[in-house]
Amino acid sequence: MKENANPYKPEIVTIEDTWQETYGDRAIKTFKVVLDDEEARENWSHRPGQCAMIGVLGVGESMISISCSPTEGKFLRFSVMRAGKVTQALHELEPGDKMTVRGPYGNSFPVDEWKGKNILTIGGGIGQAPLRPIIEYVKANRADYKNLSLIYGARTSADLCFKSEFEALNDRDDINYHLSIDIEEEGWPHYVGFVPSLLMEVNPSPENTIAITCGPPVMINFVLQNLKQLNFTDEQIYTTLENRMKCGIGKCGRCNVAHLYVCKDGPVFSYATLKSIPEAFA
Amino acid sequence: MERMKIGKEKFGDFLTALDKQLYAPQKVGETLRFVPVTPENKLDLEFSNTTVPPKSVLFPQVETLYQYELGKTDLNLPDGGEERVLVGVRPCDARAMAIVDNLFSWDIDDPYYLAKREKTTVIGLACSEPGMNCFCTSVGGGPASTEGLDLLLTDLGEVFLLQSLTEKGKRLCQEAEGTLEQATEEEVTSAEKLHQEAAGKIVRNIDTGGISEKLPELWDSSLWQDVSEACLGCGTCTFLCPTCHCFDIQDEAEGLEGRRCRVWDSCMFSEYTLHASGHNPRPTRRERTRNRVNHKYSYFVTKFERTACVGCGRCINLCPVNIDILNILAEVIKEAI
Repeated sequence: MKENANPYKPEIVTIEDTWQETYGDRAIKTFKVVLDDEEARENWSHRPGQCAMIGVLGVGESMISISCSPTEGKFLRFSVMRAGKVTQALHELEPGDKMTVRGPYGNSFPVDEWKGKNILTIGGGIGQAPLRPIIEYVKANRADYKNLSLIYGARTSADLCFKSEFEALNDRDDINYHLSIDIEEEGWPHYVGFVPSLLMEVNPSPENTIAITCGPPVMINFVLQNLKQLNFTDEQIYTTLENRMKCGIGKCGRCNVAHLYVCKDGPVFSYATLKSIPEAFA
Repeated sequence: MERMKIGKEKFGDFLTALDKQLYAPQKVGETLRFVPVTPENKLDLEFSNTTVPPKSVLFPQVETLYQYELGKTDLNLPDGGEERVLVGVRPCDARAMAIVDNLFSWDIDDPYYLAKREKTTVIGLACSEPGMNCFCTSVGGGPASTEGLDLLLTDLGEVFLLQSLTEKGKRLCQEAEGTLEQATEEEVTSAEKLHQEAAGKIVRNIDTGGISEKLPELWDSSLWQDVSEACLGCGTCTFLCPTCHCFDIQDEAEGLEGRRCRVWDSCMFSEYTLHASGHNPRPTRRERTRNRVNHKYSYFVTKFERTACVGCGRCINLCPVNIDILNILAEVIKEAI
């Protein structure tokens, strides 16, 4: 069997850095990794919105969004919530440790089509991870896009990811952001409430704007309703589906929504496409 | 098409002359399945159909993707495997291979399946006594259908009539030339008659025309609740379906030896679609049954322009609670009118 023809064979990567984003039962940890094989590292290319199968030998693999933009450098970032066997093993890894990575998989956010438009991201919890590459991509190509607005919320301030990156935006006048937490906390300067309500508070104009939302299914459902109320068209709204996946190449079956495979035809879908698939909002 | 024949007493010599690893139906415990032929186990082609379809040879229930030593990062890939001959494949199961080929070769090739497929020659055996739940003729097949086969045998009593269908089949005949004879006109005619008679013995029929368009219209129908009420979620219908191809990827480790392998999985299991968050897009057997039927008769048709069912009847014969896919399809047809 020709090695380079084997889509199941992963690259070995070395963890360069980790950040503990959140703590608790469902802690989130971010990994910055570099492919060991020099040729593979040079040849690697991904687009915002794609995902990769990351794993620990002896434990297994999980499909995780690539949470960095290719404009950031020759490395990959993954923000992983501890939720099962594989993610538990990943959380035990530290800088210098090895992981397996194969991919990138799936389609991507149509960032070229979005040139000249306002970009609005609406994230909840770990759902900010697939949105981060868009933000970084727009930052790296700032002149190509108009306003960049970020709405992001989590249950408590301790559950917010990428906090220092949001704080760093205070120094920039070309990006505005709005944070929310569900329950009042002392000293919290931002919004208290759910993300869909914060969206109504921010009241973005649909004029020449693309809205991208990722988060828990219940949040997405209300965000979609509210975006419609704000007169966004179905074609202006994008989200990602995060179905369970195993192969990443449209063979193993499980990620299907009707005749589409999320690993091939997704994970990025416009609301217009999703509305035509009966199973999409299951 | 060249028509040859071979005396049954010489069939063993024919196979031996091929000098390839033979797989044929053998009883393993309670099940009949395709396993390697060894000098100890006798070739027996007196069977209706195997319990486990021959997909188990091309797409094993557990298959190593690569091996590794824990703590190290070298990944050892298996080689492409040996030249094989499958003997006694029923025409429905051979059609299933042709159907599954679509899946394993669309967009990105699956090297494990395709390497085995390439190195496998398939000798079919026409059916003369279809089973009570066979319905191949309703889904485009027949008791002597040749799609997916390299050679087709028809049992004429003392001899097998042997049709070579592909280059692979032709090569096989050349390798074992000494054991073959030219078939007579009468033998060819009587084989054709047998095929026709066999088709006439199929008692279960359904008009599947338009079903792929009807299914999406019935998405919210109560029929899915009704037809899945008895389901135990055992997964037999999918594990033993010759066109079902879903798999999981799992790591196994013992001591320092580890491997990443793929194992059959089933859309009838709740964990199949369970998200890490606990959310499940197909939370009950209603959604899972709906997916199984839609996948076979609608989604696969949309994607590959053919039905992912060959009418072998296994899912009907082997369901522990007698769920019958033809009855489900009959409900679909009735409700869509």
